[in-house]
Amino acid sequence: MRNIDIELTTLSSTHHVEMNPSDAGFQDRYVVQEIIKEMAKNRPIDTKGKKRFKVLVLNEVDKLSREAQHSLRRTMEKYSASCRLILCCNSSSKVTEAIRSRCLNIRINAPREDQIVKVLEFIAKKENLQLPAGFAARVAEKSNRSLRRAILSFETCRVQQYPFTINQVISPMDWEEYVSEIVSDIMKEQSPKRLFQVRGKLYELLIKCIPPEILLKRLLHDLLGKLDAELKHEVCHWAAYYEHRMRLGQKAIFHLEAFIAKFMSIYKAFLIATFG
Amino acid sequence: MGRERERERERVSFFRSLRMAPILQSSQPWVEKYRPKQVKDVAHQDEVVRVLTNTLETANCPHMLFYGPPGTGKTTTALAIAHQLFGPELYKSRVLELNASDDRGINVVRTKIKDFAAVAVGSGQRQGGYPCPPYKIIILDEADSMTEDAQNALRRTMETYSKVTRFFFICNYISRIIEPLASRCAKFRFKPLSEEIMTSRILHICKEEGLNLDAEALSTVSTISQGDLRRAITYLQGAARLFGSSITSKDLISVSGVVIPQEVVGALLAACKSGNFDLANKEVNNVIAEGYPVSQMLSQLFEVVVEADDISDEQKARICKRLGEADKCLVDGADEYLQLLDVASNTMRALCNMPQEFSYET
Repeated sequence: MRNIDIELTTLSSTHHVEMNPSDAGFQDRYVVQEIIKEMAKNRPIDTKGKKRFKVLVLNEVDKLSREAQHSLRRTMEKYSASCRLILCCNSSSKVTEAIRSRCLNIRINAPREDQIVKVLEFIAKKENLQLPAGFAARVAEKSNRSLRRAILSFETCRVQQYPFTINQVISPMDWEEYVSEIVSDIMKEQSPKRLFQVRGKLYELLIKCIPPEILLKRLLHDLLGKLDAELKHEVCHWAAYYEHRMRLGQKAIFHLEAFIAKFMSIYKAFLIATFG
Repeated sequence: MGRERERERERVSFFRSLRMAPILQSSQPWVEKYRPKQVKDVAHQDEVVRVLTNTLETANCPHMLFYGPPGTGKTTTALAIAHQLFGPELYKSRVLELNASDDRGINVVRTKIKDFAAVAVGSGQRQGGYPCPPYKIIILDEADSMTEDAQNALRRTMETYSKVTRFFFICNYISRIIEPLASRCAKFRFKPLSEEIMTSRILHICKEEGLNLDAEALSTVSTISQGDLRRAITYLQGAARLFGSSITSKDLISVSGVVIPQEVVGALLAACKSGNFDLANKEVNNVIAEGYPVSQMLSQLFEVVVEADDISDEQKARICKRLGEADKCLVDGADEYLQLLDVASNTMRALCNMPQEFSYET
């Protein structure tokens, strides 16, 4: 029998244990088979006998491999007397049917913009900040319905300039600016030379740990903002196509570059057809 | 009343035998609580039940392979037959249950399974009312997640020790079991449960738990769970926790979270019909932010498109082709937003009769 070392951070309180098994990468199966099973097997130590089961919170279940999800199935049932699992994921499409049918599914929608505004106003009140009219709404609009992002950019604005002014710039994240730069680069010139330059920029983003699929989505988002309607259909099709290939493949950079090259060729053809 | 008490005593002694303290009833999920303990209680799987009842009488049984969709009673049947054959005392020494939560690599097959299979057992003598046939049972649950190598390693083991060991394979997809293994087993397909059976089981549970369901809610349970009894019971328990003892069909739908409201699907389709790409993009963003599962969205979109009267057959074909591709991509783990956006863009081009192919391609 071979031994495998896996490092895993857990967060625990008297009531629960929280972990992120997909951190173990392709070895996540062993985490589920050994650690989670071991935890689930033992009944909670409780002198008063009040707590009947313990709670395990697993994050990012949709990133778990198929094998790991399979391993989870029977554990969930067999030890249900002594342990309950709370599984969190971004999208339930990627959790297997077998696991979904064993759980009570609760959909949690992202907060609406007016709800985000309310939270920002609440924070402003607690922090004793003067909030000009419409400023919170603009932060909320830029946040893409993510509350965490809204609060972070709100805090950034506070650091950059206070008191707030009505038309204060809400700066996007660094990497997003960088992506916009790439987009304007490839809109300006479509050539192998430009592709080579962009490669460097893409690499730079990747080594800063920006997930490639988020990168691709941002590229598409910026491109869609600049293109004619008929090109939009084509570009979004190829984005979906290359993202899928990226998921199947190993090296993200190939597919990102392929997408950029494809875009260049489409755009060039379009320019030639329209302007000659 | 007397029978009830008898059964309760049986259950307690059953748990004692497993060296477990009796579990407080309320803390147990209903799926486990109402898991049939005897083969004859398994609903809707007549052939299997007939064959296995026969097995109980003659104490003779082949290798078995159970396959079928989730929640149809495969694991339940296998466990029930094992318990009924050996009873609580012999169960531990005669039955080995391995599922995907155990490591089942080729090493385990070569050592643990083989060792267990090789042990000889005493001749068949009835003990305490149980048939106790002269063989052991190895239950391999979720066998479709075993690697091909591990399955290959089992082939000879199954034959060599067939005198003293029977194998029960349980899986969802029979195609994942290699042919040599499948051909050594008696195969049983577990069908998805029909609406009547589902309703009668649900009613039984409602009676036991003191719940109140109207006819509409009952039929909703059967439709949203699509023949998966476990899912139906899970929904029922969830709804009971949230909404108390009287449950309407709306409560069940909100608990299940599987059915996307028709307005959301309608809004997306309307955006596609409008021919405005940015509007469709906004709707897609909305669907993602609201957290609706895209795979479900695709199937509901499919239903709406196929049944629509104002869409021509050719348009339907164009839309459905892309829907199928997107579904496959999602199974591969592709991004939900991009796939749904592509579907929306394709649907828009089909509905507004825009050219499907890129017109500037040289």
